[in-house]
Amino acid sequence: MSKIIKGKAFVVGNDIDTDQIIPAEHLVYSLDDPEERRFYGRFALSGVPEDKSGLPEGGLPFTDPDKFESDYKIIIGGKNFGCGSSREHAPFALQVAGAEAVVATGYARIFFRNAVDGGFIIPYESHDDLIEHISTGDEVEIDGELNIIKNLTTGKSYPLKKLGDVVDIVDAGGIFKYAAKHGML
Amino acid sequence: MSMTLTEKILAKASGRTHVNAGETVWVDVDVLMTHDVCGPPTIGIFKREFGEDARVWDKDKVVIIPDHYIFTNDKYANRNVDILRAFAADQDLPHYYDVGSERYKGVCHVAMPEEGFTRPGEVLFGTDSHTCTAGAFGQFATGIGNTDAGFIMGTGKLWVKVPETMKFIFEGEIPPHIMAKDLILRIIGDIGVDGGTYRAMEFAGDGVMNMDMEGRMTLTNMVIEGGGKNGVVEPDEVTFDYVRKRTNKEFTPLYNDPDAKYHSVRTYKSSELEPMVAKPHSPDNKATVGEVKNTPLTRAYIGSCTGGKLSDFEAAARVIKGHEVGVETYVVPATTKIREDLKTTWYDGETLWDIFQNAGAHMGEASCAACLGGPSDTFGRLQGEEVCISTTNRNFPGRMGSKKAQVYLASPYTVAASAITGNITDPREYLPVEETV
Repeated sequence: MSKIIKGKAFVVGNDIDTDQIIPAEHLVYSLDDPEERRFYGRFALSGVPEDKSGLPEGGLPFTDPDKFESDYKIIIGGKNFGCGSSREHAPFALQVAGAEAVVATGYARIFFRNAVDGGFIIPYESHDDLIEHISTGDEVEIDGELNIIKNLTTGKSYPLKKLGDVVDIVDAGGIFKYAAKHGML
Repeated sequence: MSMTLTEKILAKASGRTHVNAGETVWVDVDVLMTHDVCGPPTIGIFKREFGEDARVWDKDKVVIIPDHYIFTNDKYANRNVDILRAFAADQDLPHYYDVGSERYKGVCHVAMPEEGFTRPGEVLFGTDSHTCTAGAFGQFATGIGNTDAGFIMGTGKLWVKVPETMKFIFEGEIPPHIMAKDLILRIIGDIGVDGGTYRAMEFAGDGVMNMDMEGRMTLTNMVIEGGGKNGVVEPDEVTFDYVRKRTNKEFTPLYNDPDAKYHSVRTYKSSELEPMVAKPHSPDNKATVGEVKNTPLTRAYIGSCTGGKLSDFEAAARVIKGHEVGVETYVVPATTKIREDLKTTWYDGETLWDIFQNAGAHMGEASCAACLGGPSDTFGRLQGEEVCISTTNRNFPGRMGSKKAQVYLASPYTVAASAITGNITDPREYLPVEETV
């Protein structure tokens, strides 16, 4: 993994479930139709309660209500990110909004798997609870080779866990590309 | 080397004699289930990757059960059902349960057992997190996303990491005012919403094995609320009797080896259990009913894959019989069969249907309905600042439709007693005293 991801951070709390990532009422839009799929970007993280949306102050939407893409590229979460339903619309919505990575202390396994197998977004795990160290709007940079995340606003760096078993699927860009590469299809 | 039940199923499905927890294996899939929310994108991925004219790997192993957004005027939701219908016709799928037809079922996790798809020793993947319900039958069953489902649709295979097993033992007879829902809320409260992440959760002990299949399904259903990958109960005669009445298909039950290795074992004394709730806004935010007694409510909801089975309504009806509800109360049978059963199942001289209707409850059609909010015209959906007590499975912010609402999760007994008073109420206040023999 040599990938560098750089951009603004959006910080949320623990146990961000898939209804907060993309509320169920929006799951009706086509994921393929270019006009409709944009709405997943508009409503990404719109289920997060206002006081928890964009920590530490809160009250910040991930995507402005009149836009389809977010200004934030990296989402910082706490424990059990993506818990709840199996909807793949969740990592998809984050990708459509323009996010490229989530950094959390832990994931619910279906979200993690969906993010990786669909090639939507890279789910990094951090050792430290970065909610304490990164504020919404901070400029951050993930180095996927060195496995660190730098907060360019404060100048501090934090280690990330290696992606482990799934790194080959992440590198390939999802389960289909991985399987094709290994002659499984 | 000894193995757990879950390890044995995955070993068999991957063609090995032995697997260890933590290993990644590719398994052959026995059943793939999908529904109206995740089916259309799964089909889209299947066609994108395998071609417009591709055929599913085994049409007898694909089950499509529309259930989420059925009784709505939302045009996009209805279009999703149209996509399923066209795909099922094009692929000539025998196990499609169309909306508006006599075959329509309702909630997939309850319809799957009804139709004989939950068979011991097999591997089931479904595009819904509550697919883990089927573990009650000694099946390996877990939820997946659309990409994985699209992959299975074309290949019949998927990679899976073999989970360690956490064992939960309930010793002794379950007290009459306690339901399976109280057990699982207690467990989730004890281990937290991520306490079972990446692991299998097994339920055992005479308290569990004396339950009928529906009680066991309530336990395995909410494994996902503890973060678990799959839930499991060792199959027995109760299981075989249920399954054989519903399918002629052969199956090979598997069991734990006596010296199988577990991640952990927790033992509960059934006699010490209390009626439980999960307070807003998390399924692990546990309290006993006594601790939140008299909390004012504005709504009660009985339904879903967790708490919308026939035995759930039988329990609620025993409490509600002869009373009027004090708050708006919604009754949503999980499947069309259960809805019919409500009209033909009698308790104390009245059908269950009449008991609820005479109490003033709103009676719904079989579907997932307001458990997950859904389109704005969904039956029973929370629209504002309601305080709801519900037999469903999740109470994260906004789950039942409104971010401003508060949801308490509880057993059908507790929800029914609370519906009568309009406050959170201990079911013992309304349960008829058992006649001792």
